[in-house]
Amino acid sequence: MEVLKIATAGSVDDGKSTLIGRLLYDTKSLTTDKLEAIEKTSKQKGYDYLDFSLATDGLVAEREQGITIDVAHIYFSTPKKSYIIADTPGHVEYTRNMVTGASTSQAAIILIDARKGVIEQTNRHFFINNLLRIKDVIVAINKMDLVDFSESVYSAIKADFEALMGKRDYKGQNITFIPVSALKGDNVVNTSTNTPWYEGQTLLEHLEELDRKDIYNVGTPRFPVQYVIRPKTTEFHDFRGFAGKVYGGELNVGDEVVALPSQTKSKIKDIYFYNEKCQTASRRSSVTITLEDEINVSRGDMLVKVADLPTIDKQFTATISWMDTKNLNSGGKYVLQHGINKVLAKIDSIHYKINPDYSGIDENVDSLNINDIAKVSFKLNKPIFFDAFKDHRTNGSFILIDTQTNNTVGAGFID
Amino acid sequence: MKDTSYINPLENEAIYIMREVAAQFENPVLLFSGGKDSITLVRLAQKAFYPAKIPFPLMHIDTGHNFPETIEFRDRLVNELGLELIVRNVQESIDQGKVKEETGRYSSRNSLQTTTLLDAIEEFRFDACIGGARRDEEKARAKERIFSVRDDFGQWDEKNQRPELFDMLNGQIEMGQNVRVFPISNWTELDVWSYIEKEQIEIPSIYFAHKRKIFLRDGLIWSHSDFVYQEDHEEVLEEVVRFRTVGDMSCTAAVLSKAEDIASVVQEIRESTISERGARIDDKRSEAAMEKRKQQGYF
Repeated sequence: MEVLKIATAGSVDDGKSTLIGRLLYDTKSLTTDKLEAIEKTSKQKGYDYLDFSLATDGLVAEREQGITIDVAHIYFSTPKKSYIIADTPGHVEYTRNMVTGASTSQAAIILIDARKGVIEQTNRHFFINNLLRIKDVIVAINKMDLVDFSESVYSAIKADFEALMGKRDYKGQNITFIPVSALKGDNVVNTSTNTPWYEGQTLLEHLEELDRKDIYNVGTPRFPVQYVIRPKTTEFHDFRGFAGKVYGGELNVGDEVVALPSQTKSKIKDIYFYNEKCQTASRRSSVTITLEDEINVSRGDMLVKVADLPTIDKQFTATISWMDTKNLNSGGKYVLQHGINKVLAKIDSIHYKINPDYSGIDENVDSLNINDIAKVSFKLNKPIFFDAFKDHRTNGSFILIDTQTNNTVGAGFID
Repeated sequence: MKDTSYINPLENEAIYIMREVAAQFENPVLLFSGGKDSITLVRLAQKAFYPAKIPFPLMHIDTGHNFPETIEFRDRLVNELGLELIVRNVQESIDQGKVKEETGRYSSRNSLQTTTLLDAIEEFRFDACIGGARRDEEKARAKERIFSVRDDFGQWDEKNQRPELFDMLNGQIEMGQNVRVFPISNWTELDVWSYIEKEQIEIPSIYFAHKRKIFLRDGLIWSHSDFVYQEDHEEVLEEVVRFRTVGDMSCTAAVLSKAEDIASVVQEIRESTISERGARIDDKRSEAAMEKRKQQGYF
């Protein structure tokens, strides 16, 4: 089974929730009782159409204010794929939610209101999706019904967006433009007769064709040890298995590996998935590995192939997204969680922060506010084993935890 | 020999989460209701720690109004797998005067479970409770985290949740707090049923078509039972039904079905136009019924 995670972002009235509702409705994923609830509430509110946003806005405050506050997860499937949508609000104050939603997604949909064109928020969504190295981005130019399905409006917006693309850091991103009307259903699931000038795919057709092989960022294999399994039963008396998830590439029985940080070498003896022995542990599988030699490995250590060592260092520079209402200050100390490994980190210096309107950078900063994105240098109490985020989406990222509140207060992407 | 690329990504994710629980917490517990979701959790936990045993106990908050088939199944499973089972009863909370039994037409012990659960968490000092809730079940659950921090009172602060990035789960808590963990957050009802089919997991017989004494109310099929309030004019009928979701007898409605085996159940779910929680009477109370119960410490 294939699972595709998609992040969506849009401004308040772009019709993002309506688009998701339309996807659910046209793929027949909305069940009768949910549809009835939507009909009932739409009527109560005096709408003459079905308000599909009611299918996704889950919290009382959201329904009262007609906005999305938090990351909501929506599920639908076709015979070909299961889809998970991480729906996030697009205001500047919700940058943290957009970063969160994008971190677990392989594709993203950016919505643009055809009447308004490319605005500051479009810029922000694109920047974040590019920063998070999302492989496939769909720019859905929505509300085409309100601009008479005009090709020139569509082309002008496309040209404006392409101008933004010149500035992007991650050039490997695929970007597709689709003219849609979420409210009326044009080019979402079904091909529209109102846009004869558009020869591309509908939104769902495009998603259906994304290939698992192309959509994941790949890197070198990394195996952070989550848990050591020692059954101590008669049958498995000497069994010492290292449980974890494989990232970046695959591992095979017989591979020569190094345990970090001890730098001890050994060979992979067996790979278990539950009670089955496998030859290969594929990317993103949760397996248990045993080694030929009795070497000391515990949680937080990492197994890597001999020829593919990561960087082992106590300092680095990263782009961070600050997520807490309490400011980040130069010199501040946090717990840094890199994968499953935790160390103490000190903010060595803040080099610059990116202006909220993405017009440039501000180098004169010594503290960060919630939703700021900045370049920061860190010093750690112990070395970690990392790759640059551009080479390894998992092993190049980390979160910051406040030592007093225990809250997750920031996310970082290593240079 | 094969590779692992055939493995369902949702299963890989759930196993990863199980292992994080065992590694990050001192005293975790798996909340077991005897329903298909918690049975699936047990299988995932077995897979996560094989060949070692599951390193935490199961706990059942028993309303006393369960389907007898569920309890029988629970005891057999625990026995076969050699697991530790803790049972705490809602009846005790009622006897101690901590909660008051609901009365009338829609009375149910479902929401009373919260008090018994919170007391048990305190009694055993559990710092992590693994549950089978899924985000696709209900709108408020769609906003739930995989590691969801609860305060001393077991409450869910929905506006102040920790962001969860990539695979990284932050389980750091203060004394008195605990974390609710949802390894199958990203599964849909169909995913669960397909998994049960593929893994050939045994489930209680009430999930399959059987003859049952029922009555009709508000367009739903209710079980005729001592635990369920029934008015005189509500006629007892006998129908072939099955349950799609299993909670208390007083809050779980049946569906007409001829699905006698797992393959026909999966087929039925695929073609269904009613959501799973459409058969949960407890959710019909109001649009925000689940959000309110969650804030108070319910699952």
